[in-house]
Amino acid sequence: MKEFKGKVLFLDRSDINTDEIIPAKYLTEITKEALKPYLLEDLTLEGFNVGEDIKDKAVVITRENFGCGSSREHAPWALEVNGINVVIAENFARIFRQNMYNCGMFAIELSKDKIDYLFENYAGKDTEIEIDVDNDKIIVTAQDQSETIDFKVGEFDKVLVKEGGWVGYADKNY
Amino acid sequence: MGKTIAEKIFDEHRVDMPFPDTHVLRLDRVFCHEITTPIAITDLMSRGLDRVFDPTKIKAVIDHVTPAKDSKTAEQGKILRDWAKRNNIKDFFDIGRNGVCHAIFPEKGFVRPGYTIIMGDSHTCTHGAFGAFAAGVGTTDLEVGILKGVCAFHHPKTIKIELNGSLKPGVYAKDLILFIIKELTVNGATNMVIEFTGEVVDGMSMESRMTLCNMAIEAGGTCGVCYPDMTTVEYLWDFIKDEFDSKEEALKEYSKWVSDEDASYEKVYTYDVSELEPMVTFGFKPDQVKSVNEMEGTDIHQVYIGSCTNGRIEDLRIAASILKGKKISDDVRGIVSPATPAIYSLALKEGIIEIFQDAGFCVTNPTCGACLGMSNGVLAEGEACAATTNRNFNGRMGKGGTVHLMSPATAASSAIEGKIKNSQIFKA
Repeated sequence: MKEFKGKVLFLDRSDINTDEIIPAKYLTEITKEALKPYLLEDLTLEGFNVGEDIKDKAVVITRENFGCGSSREHAPWALEVNGINVVIAENFARIFRQNMYNCGMFAIELSKDKIDYLFENYAGKDTEIEIDVDNDKIIVTAQDQSETIDFKVGEFDKVLVKEGGWVGYADKNY
Repeated sequence: MGKTIAEKIFDEHRVDMPFPDTHVLRLDRVFCHEITTPIAITDLMSRGLDRVFDPTKIKAVIDHVTPAKDSKTAEQGKILRDWAKRNNIKDFFDIGRNGVCHAIFPEKGFVRPGYTIIMGDSHTCTHGAFGAFAAGVGTTDLEVGILKGVCAFHHPKTIKIELNGSLKPGVYAKDLILFIIKELTVNGATNMVIEFTGEVVDGMSMESRMTLCNMAIEAGGTCGVCYPDMTTVEYLWDFIKDEFDSKEEALKEYSKWVSDEDASYEKVYTYDVSELEPMVTFGFKPDQVKSVNEMEGTDIHQVYIGSCTNGRIEDLRIAASILKGKKISDDVRGIVSPATPAIYSLALKEGIIEIFQDAGFCVTNPTCGACLGMSNGVLAEGEACAATTNRNFNGRMGKGGTVHLMSPATAASSAIEGKIKNSQIFKA
């Protein structure tokens, strides 16, 4: 199983869509790695510096309806090839969420209160997150604080994460 | 407790329920296009799994960028073409015979009431217009669909939208769906099926129902769905006439795909839409919708009539009825893309292509074209397009460009005016 830990990129906006995550003009690429330079290229978010802010990040924390729009799995892949394999949000667009788990990545939903709390207490700091997969816990650490937050995912989602995705599972079972 | 149409389809297609709320369904159709499928194919090949579950249930088309615009898009087309040949997929539509996926697949009779359908394209929800469960999926789900003929879904929670009254002249299915998305918001139907019912839907053509269902995803919906009726049977008749003795018999068979009266819904919305005005989007989200009257006079630089939402013959006829004998403004570029070769031919026969050309439109071959800024019709920085498409995300038609979603009628009158304009003055 992959490791789910590292520095956090805070994206303080709802409805970040798949065109913003990876513009359609790059859908002509036929390898995941080719998407690497273009992640979040068209994101409109005040204070967001695409080149600098993505560097060395492993986790995204954002607001509502992340990944709305296209079915393109290029969106999770663009995150993945940049080393990001966890997105934490209030909720996700259905196809994007399923694509994340189908790739063995985490799309974790937390209540609005918890998301607000994370933004208030950790955005702007050098924050790290580690997902404790077996115990359903998010371990958040910044310079001056550390705490754990519980999360819930479906059994199916967890199996996909543990097995590394849907193709292997389906090939074995159907 | 009764069941919704989606629950009935799930019951008939469920092959497994490995976890609570995980329904693995048998698929009747797996549709493919050249943008999201080639990468599924190369991954299956790398796993030594280059095969398909049933070549007769897989249908493929090159539509997003056609003819190929560069070496990369040529390679995508080649991968799909070679794969279709290698795996004996007969229903593969290549250049000269290809059209926009959600227009050409219904037109070829590939959709039936009660079917389960997936495709690596978010607007696959269009096919719900026939009383099918049709959902857009990513490349991994597509891969498993191709290989095993199954896909996993959560329980199909359903929102019912009942549309009563009658539409004013100049108001169409596109205006209705923009109004509904405004009401639901872009996240209002996430993880849910949207059922469109009521006398307005009953009176709609299949083309209009497809326009309605096409944009269910813009409210986050998994699928849009309409109940099959005689209009559905008439549309499909050429393809089903060997299976049934009469249209009435077909209707009887298909009539099982309706929701029970005591079915359970997440929410039910009832609207009388008799006073609805034509609608237009103004921002970068499809729920940012205003009446066209509030948007009149907004600058545009391009008009695009086409796409899987509104590139069908009904749409071209409506636009042509407004454009006939008129010229579009010198300040706009007009582009029209009939969605399939059959639509193109019919439009030629009916003199519609001539009307568009005389008015000053450029007529392209059937393709997704300008809709997602991948091929022809890309906007320059700071430009705006009046479009009959389905998505107005920032930069959708090109970096720095703006898209205003609207009906073909509003797009046509806006082309004449050179600014956003209500078509009702031309139709009065």
